Amino acid sequence: MAEEVKLFKTWSSPYGLRAVWALKLKGIEYEAIDEDLANKSSQLLQYNPVHKKIPVLVHNGKPIAESLVIVEYIDETWKQNPILPQDPYERAMARFWAKFGDDKVLPSIWGWFTKQGKEQEELLQQATENLKFLEQQLEGKVFFGGEKIGLVDIALGFLANLICILEEVSGLELITKEKFPLLFGWMQNFAAIPMIKETFPPHEKMIPKYVALREKYLPPVVPPK
Amino acid sequence: MAEEVVLLDFWPSPFGMRLRIALAEKGIKYEYKEEDLQNKSELLLKMNPVHKKIPVLVHNKKPVCESLVAVQYIDEVWKDKCPLLPSHPYERALARFWADYIDKKIYDVGRKVWTTKGEEQEAARKEFIECLKLLESQLGDKPYFGGDTLGYVDVVLVPFYSWFDAYETYGNFSIEAECPKLVAWAKTCLERESVSKSLPDQKRVTEFISQLRKRIGVE
Repeated sequence: MAEEVKLFKTWSSPYGLRAVWALKLKGIEYEAIDEDLANKSSQLLQYNPVHKKIPVLVHNGKPIAESLVIVEYIDETWKQNPILPQDPYERAMARFWAKFGDDKVLPSIWGWFTKQGKEQEELLQQATENLKFLEQQLEGKVFFGGEKIGLVDIALGFLANLICILEEVSGLELITKEKFPLLFGWMQNFAAIPMIKETFPPHEKMIPKYVALREKYLPPVVPPK
Repeated sequence: MAEEVVLLDFWPSPFGMRLRIALAEKGIKYEYKEEDLQNKSELLLKMNPVHKKIPVLVHNKKPVCESLVAVQYIDEVWKDKCPLLPSHPYERALARFWADYIDKKIYDVGRKVWTTKGEEQEAARKEFIECLKLLESQLGDKPYFGGDTLGYVDVVLVPFYSWFDAYETYGNFSIEAECPKLVAWAKTCLERESVSKSLPDQKRVTEFISQLRKRIGVE
């Protein structure tokens, strides 16, 4: 039966990228539909009535939402180039660290980027602690998945693109070679994979997007006349 | 090899209850260790250095943290008895989606019901009922979310039934009046020993919440 695979995403969403990478890793042809979140399509709302969010994978007319759920579905449906390990304990570890990325790493980094003063200092400390845990996980490995990329690389891989954008926009440093040598190396190795590199949202579009986001949370201080 | 299974837990935790149910369904013998969350044991801090939270499943000295991760682990290790996740990938994806929804919503929205007052509480109560109704609609005519047998979503959601009296007491509403099918479902689950032995008595939880409210200064 001819497979019909559609992916609803946006041009920049890190969550959408996870699904893209999983599909590309498996060599699955799909139709990409980039949504305008300010004007969501009726199809998206029909396919994800609960959260009304992207990404949504639609496989032969059946929708799946939530990026990590989508990645596991892709892994279980198409068996080539496995994303999760075989061993149950290794699988549990992969799921734990992918969840850690979403529950802790991302919110602390976002907080660091959008706050200032004492609040930002606290969030920087949290982000640093979280990143240290990830650094430890990379010991003796090229990727979180080992020799090849796995679930955790796919879950966290957007950092390889986003961190330098956030650092450029804020003028601050978060993941440096000195502070996080393994994580820094991982970001470079991940970004260098051709299949990954070609999917990163363009730098020239990301900068103004994140400048605008930062200004929304931290309006520029206008000096008094 | 002799299996060594230890569960670090706290009796009112719905997250811990998930693991108790899963282990019981699979017929796994384990050592239950009650944690004092005001005075966490060295073992807990060593087994879960990242979050320092319960539940933690320790299998042959290796820790698995985060309840949804641990329930899936239990299902995969002891795969020959009472499978919790469905076998078809699409059904599995739906089960994981709803487990994720329950995790994102029920505890946090429910918490607002017993920690807030006035308009904030009214909004929380409304949202809480909407979440339960959405879950109830997923049940349809099936006895369990898993179909004819207890499944992953049942295990993830049913622990919150032990908190229903607490929500109702402090939220001043009746969950049974709003979601009769959901309450009927919970009672069906409780007919299974794995569930009835894993959930504490509702009144005991309400008393616990009453003490907690005092401690955190809600009252």
